[in-house]
Amino acid sequence: MKIAVCVKQVPDATVTKRIDPTTKRLDRSGESTLNPVDANAVEEALRLKEATGEGEVVVLSLGPEKALDSLRKALAMGADRAVLVADDGAAGSDLVATSAVLAGALERENADLVLFGQQASDSDGAVLWAAVAERLRRPMISQAAELTLADGAITGKRQTEFGYDVIRASLPAVVAVADSINEPRYPSLKGIMGAKKKPQDVVSLSELGIDAGSAGEEGSRTEVLGLSDPPARGDTRTIEDDGSGAEKIVEFLAEKRLL
Amino acid sequence: MTTLVFLEHHGNELQKSSLGVLSKAAQLGDDVAAVIAGSGVEPLASEAGKFGAAMVYVADDERLDAPLPQPRVDVLARLVQERGIENVLFAQSILTADVAAALAARLDAGLNWQLVDLVAQDGGLVGKQSALGDSVLVDVGWRSTPRLALFRAGAFDPTEQGGTANVEKLDVELEEHSLAAEMLEQAHEESSGPSIEDADVIVAGGRGLGGPEGFGLMEELAKALGGAVGATRAVVDAGWYPYASQVGQTGKTVAPTLYVACGISGAIQHKVGMQSSRVIVAINKDANAPIFEFADLGVVGDLHQIVPKLTELVRARKSS
Repeated sequence: MKIAVCVKQVPDATVTKRIDPTTKRLDRSGESTLNPVDANAVEEALRLKEATGEGEVVVLSLGPEKALDSLRKALAMGADRAVLVADDGAAGSDLVATSAVLAGALERENADLVLFGQQASDSDGAVLWAAVAERLRRPMISQAAELTLADGAITGKRQTEFGYDVIRASLPAVVAVADSINEPRYPSLKGIMGAKKKPQDVVSLSELGIDAGSAGEEGSRTEVLGLSDPPARGDTRTIEDDGSGAEKIVEFLAEKRLL
Repeated sequence: MTTLVFLEHHGNELQKSSLGVLSKAAQLGDDVAAVIAGSGVEPLASEAGKFGAAMVYVADDERLDAPLPQPRVDVLARLVQERGIENVLFAQSILTADVAAALAARLDAGLNWQLVDLVAQDGGLVGKQSALGDSVLVDVGWRSTPRLALFRAGAFDPTEQGGTANVEKLDVELEEHSLAAEMLEQAHEESSGPSIEDADVIVAGGRGLGGPEGFGLMEELAKALGGAVGATRAVVDAGWYPYASQVGQTGKTVAPTLYVACGISGAIQHKVGMQSSRVIVAINKDANAPIFEFADLGVVGDLHQIVPKLTELVRARKSS
């Protein structure tokens, strides 16, 4: 059983995120971290491997060389090997371009199962795995809150707006996990020390046989045209309840013609 | 421009946010068509005509019965390619996000998401994307056609325009990998009272309620205001209230006229599901709760004291 987990390095939650007005890309100069829900995906891969008693967990990312820090965190958790696609030609890739690069790297790995975290905390993106699954021509399950492997298939419980769906996909498959699926383990000291010695490949687009025209700006089909401030929410007002809080709310609602 | 709007349905109803996107497309004045994919869905086509679709394509097939994304990608890809459709618009949901992204990969097309508006400009389209926790509005464009777009739920109100649509049934041909996932079970909770997507007023509760019994207060206030009850992820996970009421990143995105948040801290995961509400009132004990940063009116205090009194005052006012 070979499981590949696609992860992303994102700005740390403590960093105030901003878009650089010149490049119109997210400013990634500050402190970075492994995208939180990607840690759930790594955890789930490790659990599935432990449950089957054999196999390999490969973590894979697209990003600058410093993204190796996040891959090492996954290795410290227990993943066996890391692959980073680092190539200036891939910078600025949008959804279709990113999915082309990841699919290229995944084809080389030929994993039985590909896992993603449900959402990137920096782009609010919750779509990448579907594009990757389509490029690999594999079935997919998204928003998985529970996963079980049996008889050459993966069964996932998908959280939807309406309740739960139980979906079974034959392997090889692509699955995006929700953060409710598990509690990611903390890397042990031994894990952190051991991570340094685990294989970490940094590969370029050409090494993966990916045409430069399908990655980066050239491979992208969307563009950022400009930035502006969102419409103001109007005044926000906070008051202390001195016993008249309910009355104040009623007055406010009446003022807004909501009563 | 030819625009196609994907209409999501649940049970025998088209989703309100899909009809909102359809209304918006019709306002932009394009040649607007809609597509419905499912099993036994043909009767829904006439509804789409009322909201501005001149043509409704219906893919009616048993294999489209379960709300799985990949068979829908096959339907859309073929339709877009055969008819030379330039824009494909979706109301964002768990299903449509998967459909749109996979379609983008299949057609090598640009997809923009988290859009709150769309404007016609210089013969093309510009999307307004709300990004970084709504701290910035990004103008996004497409470098090629077809242009694919996902709009936030509640971005547009559905407006009936009273038209009738031509209906065309599509032949459904599915790819092998699209049939490699199957639905084993669907457990859908049906909540009583108005659904939170359709309610003008939502009274929502979080951990600050202290326990499941706190939702009694929410229900009373919601009833007095004529609204529905919402809940945070934390309390739904704790089993205090059904998942169907969950607002936020892994739940529903709502945009009511009034949102009353009780005992909710306002973490980003919840905020993204309700920040488009017109007026937000928050009650929370913790003066440092992030919800006070974006609530129109915030009251720092004990909801167990304030809410019953508020319910009483609202009732008195409505009956006078």
